[in-house]
Amino acid sequence: MTLLSVANLAKRYRRGGKSFAAVDDVSFEIGPAETLALAGPSGSGKSTVARLVLRLIEPEAGRIDFEGDDFLALSGAALRARRARLQMVFQDPLAAFNPRATVARVLDDPLRIHDIAPRAERPGRIAALLERVGLDVALAARAIHEISGGQRQRVAIARAIATRPSLIVLDEAVSALDVSVRGQILELLLDLQRRERIAYLFISHDLGVIRAVAHRVIILDAGRIAESGDARAVIANPRSAIGKALVEAAPRLNRNRS
Amino acid sequence: MTGLLSIRDLTVRYRRDGVEVPALRGVSLDVEAGERLAIIGESGSGKSTLALAIAGLLAESAKIGGRIEWFLPASAGATERRSSALGEIQQRPLLGRDIGVVFQDPSSSLDPVMQVGKQIAEVARAHLNLTWADAYAKAKTLLERVRLPDPTSALRAYPHQLSGGQKQRVAIAAAIAAGPGFLIADEATSALDTIVQAEIVTLIRRLVTEDGMTLLFISHDIALASTLADRIAVLRHGELVEIGEARRIVETPGHAYTRALLDAHLGLDAKPLLDPQGASA
Amino acid sequence: MSRLRRFLRTPEAIAGAIILASLVVMALAAPLLFPGDPQAIAGPALLPPFQDWSLPLGTDRLGRDVLAELFHGARTSLAVGLAAAAAALLIGALVGTLAGFAGGLVDEMLMRVTDAFQTVPSFLLALAFVSIVGPSLGAVVAAIALGAWTGPARVARAEVLSIRERDYVAGARVIGMHPLEIALREVLPNALPPVLALSSVIVAAAILTEAALSFLGLGDPNRVTWGGMIAEGRTVLRTAPYLSIVPGIALVLTVLGVYLAGEGVVESTAIRRSLS
Repeated sequence: MTLLSVANLAKRYRRGGKSFAAVDDVSFEIGPAETLALAGPSGSGKSTVARLVLRLIEPEAGRIDFEGDDFLALSGAALRARRARLQMVFQDPLAAFNPRATVARVLDDPLRIHDIAPRAERPGRIAALLERVGLDVALAARAIHEISGGQRQRVAIARAIATRPSLIVLDEAVSALDVSVRGQILELLLDLQRRERIAYLFISHDLGVIRAVAHRVIILDAGRIAESGDARAVIANPRSAIGKALVEAAPRLNRNRS
Repeated sequence: MTGLLSIRDLTVRYRRDGVEVPALRGVSLDVEAGERLAIIGESGSGKSTLALAIAGLLAESAKIGGRIEWFLPASAGATERRSSALGEIQQRPLLGRDIGVVFQDPSSSLDPVMQVGKQIAEVARAHLNLTWADAYAKAKTLLERVRLPDPTSALRAYPHQLSGGQKQRVAIAAAIAAGPGFLIADEATSALDTIVQAEIVTLIRRLVTEDGMTLLFISHDIALASTLADRIAVLRHGELVEIGEARRIVETPGHAYTRALLDAHLGLDAKPLLDPQGASA
Repeated sequence: MSRLRRFLRTPEAIAGAIILASLVVMALAAPLLFPGDPQAIAGPALLPPFQDWSLPLGTDRLGRDVLAELFHGARTSLAVGLAAAAAALLIGALVGTLAGFAGGLVDEMLMRVTDAFQTVPSFLLALAFVSIVGPSLGAVVAAIALGAWTGPARVARAEVLSIRERDYVAGARVIGMHPLEIALREVLPNALPPVLALSSVIVAAAILTEAALSFLGLGDPNRVTWGGMIAEGRTVLRTAPYLSIVPGIALVLTVLGVYLAGEGVVESTAIRRSLS
């Protein structure tokens, strides 16, 4: 059973009097608890695809089926209700939250909006969510800008899983984090995937990160799919020009590991 | 190699919201003329503060201790005897003429309402006393050197008309316009995607070699630095943890923190976190 | 608390705060220091100031205590100034947020309405309004707000247009927040700071407009106002200039105080870029 099925997605933009295709005839599927990575240089359309799937912007053409329903046909309250199943984690954990928010409020919002728990139970749920992502429950009272980048991203993940989604879109979710923190966040994501059966649409320009966590990868170039397949296989042996360029450009450490 | 820069016990403290925050704690290192030194650190390590201190760009309110000593060649722009909060400085390099700086975000280092050609020409004119005509000619040559497509029309382009990588090329051109001997690249590639990043690193490597500049390359990416640097210095929480030849640091790091940074790097040859069957490792 | 400390560190803020504090004290102390009707006869007419220490600032044409009138006038000026500014900011912020957030036709319509109000000189608008509705404190407040709301509306809209594109607004949509809640809980509070920066200018303008309306005889006749005092003093300007000058100085100081305090607020809330 396919969780998400995208067919012939297309989106055009106007810039300086000319219209160009940001996304051009993109199709793919994601199964339950699977990680599909979207790779490509900047401007290749990865973030646009993410926003189309989340219906933050509307496509000109194409079809999106999510959990068996025509996702594009939903609107208003029905769409908002369905959003509980499809969540997102952004690249910049600081910009992803209302500057005035506290951790507790950030986690309370989805619980409240989707009626997941009555008011009295919510603080308990919030504490449970914080623990689930490896954070001290005392963090709930802190303001978002007071905690570290890594902690913020964990809060973002906590917010994303609060409504028990079946799919989370991660848009460069570890790119802005310190190298030493990245590994921990990726481990957390994999753990959540295993235990809660969450699928990921993982967008990144970093092939190393993709290779570490993705099952399959799609490489985009100027809005079109240039190559796709098993993540490790594609990265070990890219066939498209852009795939080869991306692999070539990735910095090598060349350690002689014993 | 002759010594170019000597830093001894550099300490920098900022006042933020009434509290004093130490950014650098007693950092000492030497930079040889013509070498490529990478400063590696995570957020809060003080690497950018170090770059700003060397460039003389720290805020007025920053408290500085220790010494920064320059040994500039006779052809340098300004060699004044000055004593200041930095202890005694025998020589003070002139920003633009002796030191060029490229910052992380070209959108904020380029003037959005000025054509890029003019921005580069301005640097040449100010430091080399050229006429506008000569300065523009130099700007065009520099745009060719940084491999910007169609340099003639690029001269009249505004920053918002260029891509991220192109803007960074312009920023590099402006930084080297007056022929400085010292180039500081402060996370100059961190905002760029992998392919453009590799191109800019190649560009920097070529320019630095062609012009015989000394390069200070600040980054959080130790793998990237190892492709470019002769020596690597690792900063953590404002302290110098380790410094040495790039190859040696990468293959046999002396300090546990350096080793942790190297281990955390997810390269294309690293072990995936997923096992081959697709389930999480 | 740190924001208060920063506010108090700028000299403008301190000066402005002192002046405003004095004003507030004047306004609050008026019924205590000068109980009874300030418009009652207190002594001989046109007594110059500093002659009789029970009437420190002298008396006006009818023998009313100028100092008492000054203090009571402070109440009116402050009340009108603050109320009108609050109304203008509230209306403007709501209209601007709605326009910026809804976009499209709603935005167009609201902006044309804003244009219409903005092209009429605000004082004339206030004049016309009070003339029609009749002079009363409420009418004066409404009249001033009618002209002053357009500035905050435009600033709010511009802020909202920029905030709309931010990640956290997208994040709110993704978790399924209702658009109205997004507008009021996520967008509006973050759009307010630049709007509030206008407040000092609006308060100052409101106080002056109220004084002008009173001067023209369109203020509330049952209240003492500084503008009314200046008008009263016009006829005896040659012989008893202090009658107009004293309330005039009070007006100048008040506007100065509001302006300085406003500058202090802007200074202290300015975002400083972090150097990490």
